[in-house]
Amino acid sequence: MIHPIPSGTRDVLPQETGEVRAITDTLRGVFDRHKYGEIYTPALEYESVLARADMAEARPAYRVFDETGTVLMLRSDMTAPIARVVATRYADSEVPLRFCYFAHTYRGVRPQRGQLREMLQAGIELIGAPAPEGTAEALTVLCDSLQAVGLKDFRIGVGDASLFPALMESLQVSEDHRGGLLEALVRRNFVALEHRLHEAGVSGEAAGLLLEVPQLRGGPELLTDVPAPAVEAVTGMRRVYELLEESVAARVIFDLGLVRNIDYYTGAVFEVYDPALGAPIGGGGRYDDLLGRFGRSLPAVGFALYVDSLHQALAGEERGTGALAELRSVASTGEPR
Amino acid sequence: MSTANGLTIAVPRGALFEGTVELLSSLGIDTAELRTNDRKLLFEDIGVVTMRPSDVPTYVEAGAADIGVTGKDVLLEQLAHSGGGASQSTGRDVYELLDLGFGRCTMVLASKAGPDPALESLRRLGVMRVATKYPRIAARYLEETGRQGEIVEVKGSVELAPLTGMVEAIVDLTATGTTLRENNLVVREELMVCTARLIANPVAHKLKAARIDELLERLRGLPVAGKA
Repeated sequence: MIHPIPSGTRDVLPQETGEVRAITDTLRGVFDRHKYGEIYTPALEYESVLARADMAEARPAYRVFDETGTVLMLRSDMTAPIARVVATRYADSEVPLRFCYFAHTYRGVRPQRGQLREMLQAGIELIGAPAPEGTAEALTVLCDSLQAVGLKDFRIGVGDASLFPALMESLQVSEDHRGGLLEALVRRNFVALEHRLHEAGVSGEAAGLLLEVPQLRGGPELLTDVPAPAVEAVTGMRRVYELLEESVAARVIFDLGLVRNIDYYTGAVFEVYDPALGAPIGGGGRYDDLLGRFGRSLPAVGFALYVDSLHQALAGEERGTGALAELRSVASTGEPR
Repeated sequence: MSTANGLTIAVPRGALFEGTVELLSSLGIDTAELRTNDRKLLFEDIGVVTMRPSDVPTYVEAGAADIGVTGKDVLLEQLAHSGGGASQSTGRDVYELLDLGFGRCTMVLASKAGPDPALESLRRLGVMRVATKYPRIAARYLEETGRQGEIVEVKGSVELAPLTGMVEAIVDLTATGTTLRENNLVVREELMVCTARLIANPVAHKLKAARIDELLERLRGLPVAGKA
């Protein structure tokens, strides 16, 4: 008999759990070494409570009614639940607080994209540690984690969520148009960005800046010589960079257009890339306002690694192939390896 | 060996093929084999993979190609439609880097010449039936313009659908309007102008930033490109 399970979910059998455990055990060791305490939270939460986080595109997709008619939802990340825990259970504790987690999260999928509905995330939250020190610590733990699991060619893209809004502010873009411009940038639709700048009546040097600055990617040399309105955000990035050890700094790519599509990020944002995979294998950033929405205002920073993507990237690096090398080997031998 | 500096490019077969090959040539890429061999899919020497235009975003999103050329119509159609007029639609996870300017077409709503049968249907039945190869674009447009539509998806010649009375109108892409005219159809509304776009994989955009930027720079310098 064959009994199906929903697309985007799967059974994990012993061979795979063995490999996944090797990854998660290593990560747990790294988190532990950096003094991050592991916590569990329920997969089901009250919708009315988590709604405080306002998660835009990471918005939870699955809701159920309980026996009293209250709406519960499956968590779509661990940052909001941990913010809830801190406000509730650590209301008077000394900071900084360090938490790590290994948890399944649930998101809606678009059909036929090979996306996961249920996703294992491994990550940390560092609460009560402001920029730049807190950010540098999170990046260091992130880098140590990836190195410890044996990923070779990864890079960490670092940007700042406040950069583009600050640019728009100082270039006096009318407030009515800011949302649309930011949305075009979140999708990295530079054609739409250009059109919308035109529609917003932004022209000349201002339009050039708003179009060019978010396309800047590269090493620390990017951070000198930026246009005046971007200086503050970039100074923040430089302070973080100065605190990084060389092995971590060498992994960083600055990306002045990096905006993650989750509303709660306020400052530094990061994403993890590996040439073996066409999509990021993790991400994070600063969310200095989020804790306040739950009632204990504290600066915070964190990241999540997508364990399955990390596993795929490791397997890809082992094969010594990116997706195209795979294609090429099919073409030259006539059959897949 | 002349490659697009180590990048893998997804090239669309079909209407945008000529323009794309032209573009590659003007970048100094040797396109002789690409032009002559229309059965081959993978041209490793020049880092080119060929496919139908609607597959380009799929390959680029997956990272099987770093960059690609496809029509704006394809990108718009692949935006997920969430309904309810909400703007919570997300497309393929690809970056749209440049309007290449060629392959200019218009997405139109057309119906049979004479009194507009779509209008009559809306007036008397409260709904218009629309045949299209672009069900999401058509549904979104009708919703945005406040009309109740019933979308009929067809794969082949859309012009046939209103002629047989199956639907009152079509939404389709037209370059010159010749096919519409020959089938006694007239354009009632223009939805949008679509041109070829250069798209990139998000990870390649970071890890191969210098190479992609260099290519962009050269494309912007070409006379055909960058026409908004």
